Amino acid sequence: MKDIQLENRAVTDEKTKIAANNVNVYYGDTRAIKDVNIDIKSRTVTAFIGPSGCGKSTFLRCLNRMNDTIDSCRVEGRILLDNEDIYDTKVDPVQLRAKVGMVFQKPNPFPKSIYDNVAYGPRIHGLASKKADLDGIVEDSLRKAALWDEVKDRLQAPGTGLSGGQQQRLCIARAIATSPEVLLMDEPCSALDPIATAQVEELIDGLRTNFSVVIVTHSMQQAARVSQQTAFFHLGNLVELGDTDHVFTNPTDPRTESYITGRIG
Amino acid sequence: MTAPSTAASTSIMVADARTLKRNAAEKRFRAYGLAAIFAGLLALVLLVGSILNNGASAFKQTFIQIDVTLPESKLDKSGVRDPEVMKKATTVTYAPLLRDGLMAKLDELGVTDIEKKEVGNMISKEAAAQLRNHVLANPNLIGQTIPFEVLANGRIDGFFKGRVDFASAELDKNVSPAQLNAALALEDAGSLETRFNLGFLTAPDASDQRPEAAGLGVAILGSLYMMGVVLLLALPIGVTASIYLEEFAPTNRWTDLIEVNISNLAAVPSIVFGILGLAIFINFAGLPQSAPIVGGLVLTLMTLPTIIIATRASLKSVPPSIRDAALGVGASKMQAVFHHVLPLAAPGILTGTIIGLAQALGETAPLLLIGMVAFVREYPAGPPEGLFDPATALPVQIYNWTQRADPAFVERASGAIIILLLFLIVMNAIAVMLRRRFERRW
Ligand SMILES: Nc1ncnc2c1ncn2[C@@H]1O[C@H](COP(=O)(O)OP(=O)(O)O)[C@@H](O)[C@H]1O
Ligand SMILES: [Mg+2]
Repeated sequence: MKDIQLENRAVTDEKTKIAANNVNVYYGDTRAIKDVNIDIKSRTVTAFIGPSGCGKSTFLRCLNRMNDTIDSCRVEGRILLDNEDIYDTKVDPVQLRAKVGMVFQKPNPFPKSIYDNVAYGPRIHGLASKKADLDGIVEDSLRKAALWDEVKDRLQAPGTGLSGGQQQRLCIARAIATSPEVLLMDEPCSALDPIATAQVEELIDGLRTNFSVVIVTHSMQQAARVSQQTAFFHLGNLVELGDTDHVFTNPTDPRTESYITGRIG
Repeated sequence: MTAPSTAASTSIMVADARTLKRNAAEKRFRAYGLAAIFAGLLALVLLVGSILNNGASAFKQTFIQIDVTLPESKLDKSGVRDPEVMKKATTVTYAPLLRDGLMAKLDELGVTDIEKKEVGNMISKEAAAQLRNHVLANPNLIGQTIPFEVLANGRIDGFFKGRVDFASAELDKNVSPAQLNAALALEDAGSLETRFNLGFLTAPDASDQRPEAAGLGVAILGSLYMMGVVLLLALPIGVTASIYLEEFAPTNRWTDLIEVNISNLAAVPSIVFGILGLAIFINFAGLPQSAPIVGGLVLTLMTLPTIIIATRASLKSVPPSIRDAALGVGASKMQAVFHHVLPLAAPGILTGTIIGLAQALGETAPLLLIGMVAFVREYPAGPPEGLFDPATALPVQIYNWTQRADPAFVERASGAIIILLLFLIVMNAIAVMLRRRFERRW
C-alpha cells in the first residue's frame, strides 16, 4: 500500500485546531455535506479521501469560508478554529483566510513575477515594513516550499513561466508566506507528474512542523504516505476518521474497505 | 497474407470515399472563406478609393498673390491709426482694393479682355475680411503697398482641380472663360498656385458663397471636446458599474433585469438618445444648445452600454482561479478585483472603450437633434468653459456640407471623411498598442 515511508507516523500534537460539529452544507436544495463531525489536530497532516463528488472539496472550502463566494452555498452547524466559531457574524472571512491558507487543485499563480506572487500576501497584510523584511519572508517561504534553489536567480521572472510542479510549489510558498496556522490543500498533486508529486509530498511532511495541514487527495497511496490522520467521505457523509495506519489496515466501515480495496470509486 | 484483398482496401495510400468527400467539403469551405474575405476587401478598397479620389483635393487650395495698395484716404481718414476708428472701414471698402490690385497685375500680364466685376469675383469673398483683420492688427501698413495672399474663388480653384473647364464655365453664371484665361496667365506668372492648405483643418466653417474658405477647425475641436467628455464620464461609470455587476452584485431577478436592460440600451437607435438629450439636458436641465457638453453627455449615454458589455465580458474571461488565489491568501474581494482581475481584464476594457469612443465619434443623428448642426464660425473657448460654447462635430459637418449646393462642398465633405477615418484609424491603432502593452504582462 505504501510506496515510501516518509517519517515516523506518530501524531505529534494532540491539540484540536479545528473542530466541526454537525456541519451540513447545501448547494441550493441539495445537501452536499451531511452532519459531519471532525476534529483536526494541530501539527498534523489530515487527509480527506473518498470517491469524487463525495464532498471533500466542499467541506475543505468550509474551513476557510471560501464557500462564501458561491451564492447558492449555505453552511449549517459550527466550525471552531481555536474554539472560535468561524461562521460567527463578527468574523471577517478575510482575516480568517489569512490564518487558514489554501492551495488549489490547479496551480494558479498570479500573472506576476515569482517574487510578487509570494510577497502579495505579506504585503496586503502588512507583515513586512521594510523591503529587507519582505525579501526575507519571500526567501524563507520559497525555501520551505523547496523552490528557492530553482528560482533564486530569476525572482523577477513571471510565475506563470514555471513548470506545473514548480508553479504548485510557488502556490504553496505563496500560501505559507502569510504564516497561516492551517494550510488547506485541495488535490494539490493532481496536475503534477510523479517527480513533482514526490517533491510536494516531501514538502507537506516538512510543513507539519509549523502548520496543521489538511489535504484532499484522490490517491490513497498519497494519503498513506503523507498523512497521520485520514478521513473517508462517501456521498456527503464522513464515514471513517482515524489514524492513517489504522484506517488503511483495519477499516471499521465496510464502505471504507471497499473503497480502499478498489471496489467503489 | 491470407486476405490480400482486405489489406489492399485499407491501404493508406488510397483515400477512401469518405475521406475524399470530407476533403472536398474542406476545400469548398476554404474557397467560401477566401471569397468572403475578398468581397470584404474589395468593398473596403472601393470605399477608401472613392473617398480618397473625391476628397484628397480638399487638402489643397488655390491661392493668388496680390500687391494691395492700402490708401489712408479710404481706410483711416483721421490718420490716428486707432483700431476702434479703423473698424468703421468694412469689408466693402477692402474688397475693391484687392480687386484693383489684381486688375493691375492682370494689366501688367497683358490680360485685358476681362471685366472689372469678373476680376473681383476671382477672389474669394473671404479675402476682404482677411485683409481687414490683417490691417487692423498692423495699422502701420496703411499707406503702403503690400503683397497679400488670398484664396481664389471656389470655381477658379475648381478649374485647377478639374471640376471646372471652359465648356462648363460657358454655361455657369458664376464663372466665365475670361476668368479662367486670367487665372492661367496668373499661374504662368507665378502669382497663382495650388498647394496644401492648412486652413482646411484649422479654419471654421464658411457660408454657401465661399466654400474655398470652409474648414474643419470648429468641428474637430467640438469632436475632441465631446470625446473628452465621453471618456471622462463613460469609462469610470461604465467600468465601476461592470465591476459591481460582475463581481459584487448577487445574481437575482433585479440584476437579471438590469442585465437585460443594458443589452437593450446598446441596441436603442442613436436618434432616441438625441431626443432624450434634448428633453433632459437642454429642455429640463437648461444646458445650452449646440454645446459639446450636451453632445458629450448624449454620446456618453450611448457609449455606456457598449463599455459595460465589453467590460463585463472581459471580467468574465478572467479565470476564477485567479480570484480564488487572491481570496485564498486573505485578500478582500475588492483587493482581488483591483490587484488581479482588473489588470487582466484591462486590454478587453480598453478595446471596448475605444470601440465605443469610435462609434461615438462617428455618430451624427443624436447631435442633429441637440442643435450641433448649427452654422458656427466662432471657435469654442478652451476647456472647461469651451464645453458650453457652441460647436459642431466632424460627422455633422460632413452631413452639413453634403447638403450644400456648391460642388466644392462635396469635395470638402469627402476631405472631412478622410479626416474622420484617420481619427478612427489612430484610435484603433492606439487600442491595439495598449492591448499589446498590457498583454505583455503575461
Ligand atoms: N458550486 C456548486 N454548485 C452546486 N453544486 C456543487 C457545487 N460544487 C460542488 N457541488 C456538488 O457538491 C457535491 C460535492 O462536490 P465536491 O465537494 O466538489 O466533491 P469532491 O471534491 O469530493 O469531488 C457534488 O455532488 C457536486 O456536484
Ligand atoms: Mg474536489
